[in-house]
Amino acid sequence: MNKRLLWRKAVNGVMLTLTGVFTFFTVSCLFLILGFLLYNGFRSLDWGFFYKLPLPPGENGGGMGNAIVGSFEMVGLAGLIGLPVGFLAGVYLSEFEDRRYASLIRYVADLLNGIPSIVVGVLAWALVVKPMQGYSALAGSIALSIMLIPIVTRQTEQFLREVPQSLREAGLALGASKWKMVATVVVPAGSKGVMTGMILGVARISGESAPLLFTALSNQFWAKGLLQPTASLPVMIYTHAISPFDDWNRQAWAAGLVLIGMVLTANILARLVIAKGISVPRG
Amino acid sequence: MATPTVLETPVIRSRTQTGDTLARLVVLGFATLILLVSILAVYELWIASGPAREKFGLGFLVSTLWNPVTEQFGALPFIYGTIVTSVLALLISVPLGVGAAIFLSELAPAKVSDALTFLIELLAAIPSVIYGLLAIFVIVPMMRDYIEPFLKDTLGFLPLFKGYALGVGLLTASLVLSIMTVPFIISVSRESLLAVPREQREAALALGATRWETTWQVVVPYAKLGISGSVFLGLARALGETMAVTMVIGNEPAIHASLLASGSTIATVIAAQFNDASGKVYPAALVELGLVLFLLTVVINAIARLMIMATTRKGSKRI
Amino acid sequence: MKKTLVACGLFLAAGASIASAQSITAAGATFPAVIYQKWFDEYHKLHAGMQVNYQSLGSGAGIAQLTAGTVDFGASDKPMSDAELKALKTPALHFPTVMGAVVATYNLPGVTKELHLSPAALAGIYLGAVTKWNDKLITADNPGVKLPNSEIIVVHRSDASGTTFIWTDYLSKISPDWQKKVGAGSAVSWPGTPVGGQGNEGVTGLVKQTPGSLGYVELAFAVKNNLGYASIKNAEGAFVKPSFESVTEAAAGAAASMPADFRVSITNAPGKGSYPISSFTWLLIPNHFADAAKSKAIKEFLQWMLTDGQKFATELYYAPLPKSVVTKELAQIERIDGTAPAPAKKTPADTKRK
Repeated sequence: MNKRLLWRKAVNGVMLTLTGVFTFFTVSCLFLILGFLLYNGFRSLDWGFFYKLPLPPGENGGGMGNAIVGSFEMVGLAGLIGLPVGFLAGVYLSEFEDRRYASLIRYVADLLNGIPSIVVGVLAWALVVKPMQGYSALAGSIALSIMLIPIVTRQTEQFLREVPQSLREAGLALGASKWKMVATVVVPAGSKGVMTGMILGVARISGESAPLLFTALSNQFWAKGLLQPTASLPVMIYTHAISPFDDWNRQAWAAGLVLIGMVLTANILARLVIAKGISVPRG
Repeated sequence: MATPTVLETPVIRSRTQTGDTLARLVVLGFATLILLVSILAVYELWIASGPAREKFGLGFLVSTLWNPVTEQFGALPFIYGTIVTSVLALLISVPLGVGAAIFLSELAPAKVSDALTFLIELLAAIPSVIYGLLAIFVIVPMMRDYIEPFLKDTLGFLPLFKGYALGVGLLTASLVLSIMTVPFIISVSRESLLAVPREQREAALALGATRWETTWQVVVPYAKLGISGSVFLGLARALGETMAVTMVIGNEPAIHASLLASGSTIATVIAAQFNDASGKVYPAALVELGLVLFLLTVVINAIARLMIMATTRKGSKRI
Repeated sequence: MKKTLVACGLFLAAGASIASAQSITAAGATFPAVIYQKWFDEYHKLHAGMQVNYQSLGSGAGIAQLTAGTVDFGASDKPMSDAELKALKTPALHFPTVMGAVVATYNLPGVTKELHLSPAALAGIYLGAVTKWNDKLITADNPGVKLPNSEIIVVHRSDASGTTFIWTDYLSKISPDWQKKVGAGSAVSWPGTPVGGQGNEGVTGLVKQTPGSLGYVELAFAVKNNLGYASIKNAEGAFVKPSFESVTEAAAGAAASMPADFRVSITNAPGKGSYPISSFTWLLIPNHFADAAKSKAIKEFLQWMLTDGQKFATELYYAPLPKSVVTKELAQIERIDGTAPAPAKKTPADTKRK
């Protein structure tokens, strides 16, 4: 009997320790990634990186000012398109839903969400680049917005649903019309969560590279307007990382650091906001 | 959810009707926009892949010939690459992920668990190109100089480990994918494990089981559905991954038995060759590959969501 | 959000209002990418309003994007075939820009002397017949060099490549075996288990990081990355080191008999000092642009490229065009939205095509 118990206790100890090891390993991956980026990125980063243009391959120096601006442009435009659509669709699903149709919309939003990013790129190429006969920041923004919309829709719906029913009834009881009630009571109450969803969605698309490969392509210069191929940080990281030129590799690290800085800051901000909880106690 | 209220009485209705109707139309319109975009998406993919579908039919899915010059295209090498890298990635990330989830749900104190989970979820937010960047400069040299030669020395008799130790290839791609899928598995599995009622654990412990036995034989089976859902979620993510994989897989449109060999997945071949594709059939073949991938991820995502919804408390998981 | 809207509006307006400014998009060959990027950078310094955004995607992509109409002009190291030319909506003209050398670059730690490779050795390596570095075919030409008994990791291009075309064109000429089994083309079925790289950049990167590997890249890429490259035995039996001089000599014969459409192959050219794997590389310019200002800007660039631009060639390890070719090209510029008539009869291009 004792032997069996000893064995079981040993297994218990080993397995539980193993789970701890696995956790430690996973968390340390994060720190390793950040560590490498910080080390290699800092060494490669200088002020010129933020405003200079890239130099021809083989020449040292230059920067990725155009890629930073390009990324902001395209993510901004994608947000302009995608955030309102996603938000209002989410409002529909949460507040105004018609059972069957809403289920269809939810299913379809999930469908859109599941499209692999490269396929979104192909789609935007077929829808925008080919008819317009040219690569453009506009095409890139449209590709990004297709990815943003389902994320924002689902987040909005989820957080608006969590707003207690009592609030809605209170609003209506005070004489507000339905849309006024939604606009002035429900949305503000769920705003923290909804905004979190928006921030996370925007952070997600700002790191995407695949949808931009055949839509915005890239550019060594400042793109004039939205109808030109435009450089973006993620695509620059890709092209510079796979290049054999050492200076380009160095630039890739710098760009990686800048990108991860932006993405992680947004993520941490969003999650801290949501951690503070919804501003209204649950009913 | 708005239930019929006192406002629906005829007296008040006229006053509020126009505002509400307008609002309803607006949000309905935007929701319908999503429907239209999806229909447009599927339609475009279907049409653009037409020339290839007509030329090759279903044989496309089982042909291994990929020759842009003679315009013979077959999807099998890419389906192979996609499946091999995804399955191998999961073989690594599922034990890793479920193990870590067990630690986080059963063993770690709540605050520590929340903090660690927060950090692990940040891993999921890291863009794919950055994983690729790190893979090229950190993982590939490690594989080329240490791990692959080691595998060749010890297991080289197996066809799985024959070939050059290049650093890039199916094995490296799988490793990178496993790190990318682990956070999803941990996040969802942990939620599923936490959702298991306390009574189950207490009952097992009361019967004399060790912590591990309780976890492994009672809690985990109870959360089986949610954990399986997380695996499918991870799988869906792995199937569609493009950038990190393109940077380390070697981009060979062929099937090789060895894991050390270069390969290609559906996503990577589209990324690598789409700009090169001229003529009618070549781009259509790539779009058809995209369609195949799309259908695959849709199905797997749907299965994942069904499984997860069945177990976690809040219904659809916020991922 | 309002700020973004205003910014967007300003951007679009700014783009539209700079009347003399031209933003041109071009894509294509990676082979001349080093000098093209330099040219467009330098030209932009001289003419601030002219921006040529050149994306180094590969010759195949250059032709594909030109055909799809998504770029203003393309670039390729493989001349377009008659079928490809027919598929264009607007006919395009070939403008040779520079000549370059495709070199056999390798990574052999410990081997500092430059290797000599014979055509037979090269063909054997790429056919998969010669598998080790210390094979007789290689050691015979490299006395005094200690070659390891390790496998040669053969690298090729995984994308549709003009550089591949030049390489396979050469192999087809010097190896009947190769010609029969594989042939020439921008993408071929490679025998053996070679490894693929994307673009000249990708192959260079792979060779740079993989000890024991051998690949084919343009000279500039090998030099700028401090990679060793071989001297190849040419048609006259001499081992010639790739350089702009040996490339210039290879082109000397071709310059005299240049066909009117400039589509020609100069691999395995005669001449004691000729480097056998040399090639022209071309810009593929449509002969008509809807935007007259764009047309003028491109024509001005071509003028500059053929005259002042050529002086950048040698410092970047490319060979400048022979004078007789430049004269003919300057005349061809007039065929873009011009009144110059097409030449009387096109001579068939001396290129092999799959």
